[in-house]
Amino acid sequence: MIIEALIAVTFLAALVTFVLPDRYAGKAAFALSLVPVLGSLVMWQQYDASGNALLGGNIAFETDVVWLQLGQYDLHWMVGVDGISLPLVVLTTILTTLAIVSSWTPIAERQSQFYGLMLLMEANLLGVFTALDFFVWFVFWEAVLVPMYFLIGVWGGPRRKYAAIKFFVYTNIASLVMFIGFISLVFGLGDSISSLRLPEIAQALQAGQLSGFAGLSASALASVAFVAMFLGFAVKVPVVPFHTWLPDAHVEAPTPASVMLAGVLLKMGTYALLRFNFTMLPETARSFALPIALVAVASVIYGALLALAQQDLKRIVAYSSVSSMGYVILGLIAYTTYGVGGATFQMVAHGLISGLMFMAVGVIYNTTHTRMVTDMSGMADKMPVTAGIFVAGAFGYMGLPLMAGFAAEFFIFKGAFESTVMAAMPLFTGVAMFGIVIVAGYLLFAMQRTLFGPFQFDGDYEITEAPFHDVAPLAVLLLLTIVLGVSPDIFFTMIQDAVNPILELGGAF
Amino acid sequence: MTPLQTLPDWTAMAPAIVLGLTGLLLLVIDTIDPDTSNNGLLAGVATLGSLGAGGIAGWFLIAGTGMEQTGGAISLYGDAIVVDGMSLFFTLIFTSVAAMVSVASYDYLADRRYQGEFYSLVLFAATGMTLMAMSNSLATVFVSLELASLPSYALVAFLKKNRGSVEAGLKYFLIGALSSAVFAFGISLVFAVTGSLILPDVAANLANADELVGVLGLGVLMIAGGFAFKTASVPFHFWAPEAYEGAPAPVSAFLSSASKAAGFAVAFRVFTVAFPLDTVTALGGGSVDWSLLFAVLAVVTMTVGNFAAATQENVKRMLAYSSVGHAGYALIGLAAITVDGGAANGDVLGASMAHLLVYGFMNTGAFLFIAMAEKWGIGRTFEDYNGLATKVPIAATAMTIFMFSLAGLPPFGGFVSKYALFYSAIESGFWWLAAVGAVNSALSLFYYSRVVKAMWIEEPSKPLEIGSQPVGLYVAVVFAAVGTVLLLPGFQPVIETAQTVAAALF
Repeated sequence: MIIEALIAVTFLAALVTFVLPDRYAGKAAFALSLVPVLGSLVMWQQYDASGNALLGGNIAFETDVVWLQLGQYDLHWMVGVDGISLPLVVLTTILTTLAIVSSWTPIAERQSQFYGLMLLMEANLLGVFTALDFFVWFVFWEAVLVPMYFLIGVWGGPRRKYAAIKFFVYTNIASLVMFIGFISLVFGLGDSISSLRLPEIAQALQAGQLSGFAGLSASALASVAFVAMFLGFAVKVPVVPFHTWLPDAHVEAPTPASVMLAGVLLKMGTYALLRFNFTMLPETARSFALPIALVAVASVIYGALLALAQQDLKRIVAYSSVSSMGYVILGLIAYTTYGVGGATFQMVAHGLISGLMFMAVGVIYNTTHTRMVTDMSGMADKMPVTAGIFVAGAFGYMGLPLMAGFAAEFFIFKGAFESTVMAAMPLFTGVAMFGIVIVAGYLLFAMQRTLFGPFQFDGDYEITEAPFHDVAPLAVLLLLTIVLGVSPDIFFTMIQDAVNPILELGGAF
Repeated sequence: MTPLQTLPDWTAMAPAIVLGLTGLLLLVIDTIDPDTSNNGLLAGVATLGSLGAGGIAGWFLIAGTGMEQTGGAISLYGDAIVVDGMSLFFTLIFTSVAAMVSVASYDYLADRRYQGEFYSLVLFAATGMTLMAMSNSLATVFVSLELASLPSYALVAFLKKNRGSVEAGLKYFLIGALSSAVFAFGISLVFAVTGSLILPDVAANLANADELVGVLGLGVLMIAGGFAFKTASVPFHFWAPEAYEGAPAPVSAFLSSASKAAGFAVAFRVFTVAFPLDTVTALGGGSVDWSLLFAVLAVVTMTVGNFAAATQENVKRMLAYSSVGHAGYALIGLAAITVDGGAANGDVLGASMAHLLVYGFMNTGAFLFIAMAEKWGIGRTFEDYNGLATKVPIAATAMTIFMFSLAGLPPFGGFVSKYALFYSAIESGFWWLAAVGAVNSALSLFYYSRVVKAMWIEEPSKPLEIGSQPVGLYVAVVFAAVGTVLLLPGFQPVIETAQTVAAALF
């Protein structure tokens, strides 16, 4: 029941915040958002699951009741967590709270609506990561889009309407493609399943129950469904060449929305890839190893090169997310315990670090009202604390040892080198590792120009150190990054426990 | 068997009786002192009467009145009226819409004359609709149809000084009269062939049509035309945008939700009971395969409604065309019926009924929001709604819920009811119908989201002046919004009831 309580409390918090006067909304939203944080920590502390939720593992905090009986397939309200989803639940609650605090300075208009939407989005995100029935999952998955659309469209920058519509249209079409892919899989399973519960579907697929549908053979159907779902999720991640909505959305979105977008919403894509494509259709995934690895490496290198070419600090961080998500895809397709586990760990690590970077850029923007690298230099003189955390975060991004990013990327590379899905995997890994050099290049270059050197600023604003409540979330994120880097086992043990059953899957057809 | 098992059979008609008596009571109250009218009292009585009738219908449904477990449908007055699960289910739709409209009209009618007449007309129309759902004879169908229609004409033209309202009323009346004539002629042809007006007797005598099959087919076509008018389906939909736009917004809400559902109630019963598909298609040359007919109508109706809605600049008119589009979705319930469908027939018809119930909430709510906007006097186009969310966040949130739910977006009732409808259509083998519906519903997001975008994202072009905060309208709109949301988790009892009562028709 704790999951239902968590989601319900967050929904209620959103409602309460929505009707509060603007003056109290920010503080109240922060206070209310601490409840889900506590709840998720309690879940982490009492976590007792083992194995993978979809593959017959022991699911923690599970609820499974029939919701709708409609024709052949019952719809269940089924929620629960395993080692893959719990870290993302914790990430969601913590990041939302910090993002709310980081909104206190930049968000001045229609505050109660803003904070209400942030909490509404959190509730839906929790649903996405805990739902174990396809229908329930899909409801939450789509429901996340609505608050994000408003957050970008109402509180965004000058081109916010264009960015919001582009985000909405891209991700909605992607959902449709994914939906068609998945439903064709369900029809292919025919009578062998009686509900749309993900574990039931995954296990039926493993048992070789997939038969042909609409003139396709079982293996062809699996391939078609895999490609459709991959394309649908790839837009969300995003990978090259489906990434063009991301920079627009990020640049126009207000800082807290960017934090949520990069920190959690992108992970919906990789989480779904792992849950659907790589868990349900492992054989098909292996047979597509080459194109997937190509996409992964292209995202890593091309994303990093794009970041290198930007003058806008936020665009730099945005494109670097594309690059980091490429690592996740590489880890997933490696199909080794460190590869898939590292990819899952990277979801959390990148959530923290990219959140940190976007917030740091936001704090600088709050003071300078510009994000252009060319408009400023020597900011470290005036904003030493912010600059210090920014530098530390950037090093985290580059993979400094003892920070979460290092652990994640190390796991992924180790896993990818050990991978046996295809002979050329070490080559791909080697090329992808080169991406780190580019990351270091553009981050150091950007910091050198903006933070260091003689102080110079062309605007009319007085540059002073940011207020405490702007810096505090940065410090918390940095602390969490270091804690996770020093002892990745906080999450990595449970991740590996949930990932290993995926690797033991044989080919069923 | 009636609910308490001891009452006489006619008490099964209690919902219709309560509605009719409330309508009369309103007239009495108004005549006591004709010069002044107590708006609050009238609205309260009308709302209570609707809620009371709805409550009785709900109680009957739960108790299983007229359903299989208590001995089957209750036939009254020589089989002219039948009370079964389906009629009670539809009564629930009519009464909940009538209740919302009555509450909302409290504000809309403030400072207007003829308040007592307005409420009683609404109640009489609701009585007619309830009787339509209970009709078991083509004669009662026609009479109750007129009982529902005549008050509707007057309601559309209620704003006597408003040219748009009067013009809309006249158009609605002329087209309504024409379609009534066509409908009556269709009935006479069917009677000529089968020698009966009682629906089951018509079905029993179909096989004797012999060389008159062509006449029968023509009669069936004309009856279908009458329903197309009442449900605002293509090709008799063109009155709807005019009438809904010109009418006072609460009346538009009432007509586009309840009146449409009443049309479907009677169409569902007449076609499944009087013209069973297997018998009709077995007649050979000259007879009408109405399943195919409705399939074509469904596709054309939803497509025409959607594309017309997409080109509108006036929000109320957009909603009017969206209401045409939704008639197309509901038609799937008849279109997807097959000769050897078995249980799937009841499933798809039930899904269509469940969609009409959800539609009753979200569409009524949307039109009542328009009523609010008319009350504020902010204008009619999308641009006029710009920035509304900054002024009236709660009402704007409710409207957002209605728009997204009408578009079939999760997590609202409209999503799950459309899912159930399309899923049942696929189960009956009509995957192409479901596909057309799904594509249309995806496209509809375009024009629904324009309202949302205007309210929340656009800057107002001129300063917004929101005068009063109409309490009754707020209550009705919020109630509809809560209903729309709660129908997502609470959809199971609705669809279960709908499919059970629909299965009883076959």
